[in-house]
Amino acid sequence: MTPSNGNEDAFTTPPLVKSRAQTLPAAPVGARLRTLLTFSLAVAVALAVHLFVSKKEPALETRSYTVFLCAVLAIALLTAPAQVLWSSLRRWRQNMHPILAAVALLLCLWEIITSGLRLLPLPYFPSPAKVLQSLISDRMLLFDSTWHSLILLISGYALGVVAGLISGICIGWSSPIRYWGMPVLKVVGPIPATAWIPLAMVISPSAVVSAAALIALAVWFPVTMLTASGISNTRASYLDVARTLGAGRGYLIFRVAVPAAIPNIFIGLFMGLGASFLTLVVAETVGVKSGLGWYVSWAQGWAEYGKVFAALIIMAAFFSTIMTMLFKVRDRVLVWQKGVIKW
Amino acid sequence: MVVVAEGKASSLRLHEVSKSFPAPDDPLARHAALQNVSLSLAAGELVSLVGPSGCGKSTLLRLLAGLDSPDSGEVFIGSEPIKSPGAERGLVFQDPSLFPWLTVRGNIEAGLVARHVLHEKRHEVDEFMRLVGLEGFANAYPHHLSGGMAQRVALARALVNHPKALLLDEPLGALDAFTRMRMQDEVLRLWQARGTTMLLVTHDIDEAIYMSNRIVIMTQRPGRIEQTISIALERPRDRSHQNFLRLRGDILELLHFAGNASIENKS
Repeated sequence: MTPSNGNEDAFTTPPLVKSRAQTLPAAPVGARLRTLLTFSLAVAVALAVHLFVSKKEPALETRSYTVFLCAVLAIALLTAPAQVLWSSLRRWRQNMHPILAAVALLLCLWEIITSGLRLLPLPYFPSPAKVLQSLISDRMLLFDSTWHSLILLISGYALGVVAGLISGICIGWSSPIRYWGMPVLKVVGPIPATAWIPLAMVISPSAVVSAAALIALAVWFPVTMLTASGISNTRASYLDVARTLGAGRGYLIFRVAVPAAIPNIFIGLFMGLGASFLTLVVAETVGVKSGLGWYVSWAQGWAEYGKVFAALIIMAAFFSTIMTMLFKVRDRVLVWQKGVIKW
Repeated sequence: MVVVAEGKASSLRLHEVSKSFPAPDDPLARHAALQNVSLSLAAGELVSLVGPSGCGKSTLLRLLAGLDSPDSGEVFIGSEPIKSPGAERGLVFQDPSLFPWLTVRGNIEAGLVARHVLHEKRHEVDEFMRLVGLEGFANAYPHHLSGGMAQRVALARALVNHPKALLLDEPLGALDAFTRMRMQDEVLRLWQARGTTMLLVTHDIDEAIYMSNRIVIMTQRPGRIEQTISIALERPRDRSHQNFLRLRGDILELLHFAGNASIENKS
C-alpha cells in the first residue's frame, strides 16, 4: 500500500522540484515575505528604469513594453495575496521567485546597456522594448512561420522516429541484420543531416519534402543507434524467464526487449529532437521559404534585428516547450523506473 | 483457497548428459560443466541439488528448462524429450528477474499473455496473488518490493502456467535468514498443495534437508553426481531435531570429504 501512496506525489512534481520544496517546509515569516516581494520588486525596478530610459525614445515604440511591464507587475502583486490561500501557487512561487526576479533584472540590464547607455551598436542590438514592438507588429507572420515550422518538424521527427525504431529493433534483435546494418549505420549515420542539403535539393521535387526527409535522417541515426543497443543489451535473464513462460518471438521482442530498451530509446529520442531542431532551422534558412529559420534570415536581410530577436525568443519558447513535452511523456512512460533515472 | 492443479505433475529425467562450455581464457579449450550425469525425479518429488559452486547445478537446470541443449545424452519430461523451453516447466532464479516495466499483476499475468490465454484465465491471477500473499500489491512496481516479496511474485509468475515441473535455481539464496525460513515454508506449502515436481538448487544444506525428499550431492569440475541421499524425516520437519542434525553432519562431512579428496589429488 505504501508504494502507491508514496508515488502519487512523485507523479505530479519532478524530483528536483520536490526535493527543493521539501527543504523549505514551513518558511519563517521573513522568508515568506521575501517570496512575496522579490519578484514584484524586481519588476518594479525594471519598470522604473524603463520609464527613465525611454524618455529619449519615441513614445509609440516603447509604449507596449511599458504596458507589458505594468501588466507583469500587476500580476505579481495580485498573485502575492492569492498565494496565501492557494498552496500549489505558493510552492511554485517559492521555488521560482529567484529565477523570475533574475529574469526581470536581466531585462532591466539589457535595457540599460542598449537604449540607456548605448554600449552596443545599432541596429544589431535593439532594446527589449523594440523587440517587443517587433514581436507585436509582426505577430501574424511570426505565428504563420511558427506554424509552418511545427508542421515540418513534426512530420520529419515522426518519420525519423518510426524509421529509427524499426531499424533499431531489427539491428538490435537479428544478428544477420546487425552484420549488414551496423556498418551502414556507422558510416552513414555520423554525416550531419545538413551536409546532405545540396544533394537533397537536387533529388527532391519540393523543398519541404526534402527538408522533412533531412530532419527524419537526423532523427533516425540516434534513435536507431540507441534502440539497437538497448535491444541487444536486454538482460538475458528476462529473455530466459519469458521463454520458460511460453513466450514466442513476438512476445520476446515487443514485450521484453523493447520495454527493456525504453530508457535507452528515450535517450535516442532526446538526441534526435536536438538534431531535428538544428536541421529544421538550417533547412528553412537555406531552402524552404517558410518557417522560423526562414523568418530570421529574411529579417536579417532587411536589417530588422528587432525581428531577429523576436524570432529567437519564439524559437526558444517553441523548442523548449516541445522538449518539455517529451520529458513529460518520458516521465509517464518510465513510471516503473521512478528513482532510477536522473537527467 | 488453493488453486486447483490442472495437469498432473511430470517426472524429469536426464540420461548420460554431458555439457561443456568454451573456456573464458582460452577459446580452443572447453570446460566440462557436466559429465555423464543421469538423474531422474519421480512425478511430484521434491529433490535438492547441493554442491560447491561451479559443479554444474545451474547448467543442469538450464538443460531441463530447455534453455541450453546437452552436448550428448538426453533430457526428458515424462516421456517427451526436451528440445526447447516450454510453459510446462517453470523456472525461478536467485535474482527474481521480474520485468521492472510491469506491475506485480502484470508480471504474474506475463505467462498468460505470452500463451495468449489471458482472456480465459484472468480470474486465476487474483488467486495466485492471494496464494503468495500479495493481494494488496497488485499495482506496485517491482522496484518497490522487498527481496522476499519479489521472489514470491517470481514464484507466482512461474506457477500461473500450472507447470508440471518447477525448476528453482537458488530461489531463496539472496534472502535474509528469517525471510528465507518463512519462504521455505511457503514453497513447501505450494508444493504440497499443487503436487508439482520440484528440483531445487541450493547452497544451504539445512534448506535441502528441511525441504526435500532426496538430496543429490554433486562434485566439481567436471560436474558429476557424487551421492544421493533420501530424507525420511517426517514433515513438518524440526530443524533442531537430533536426526536432522545428524543428517546435516553427514552431508557436511561428505562435502568436506570431497573437498579434501580433490586437494589430495592435486598434490
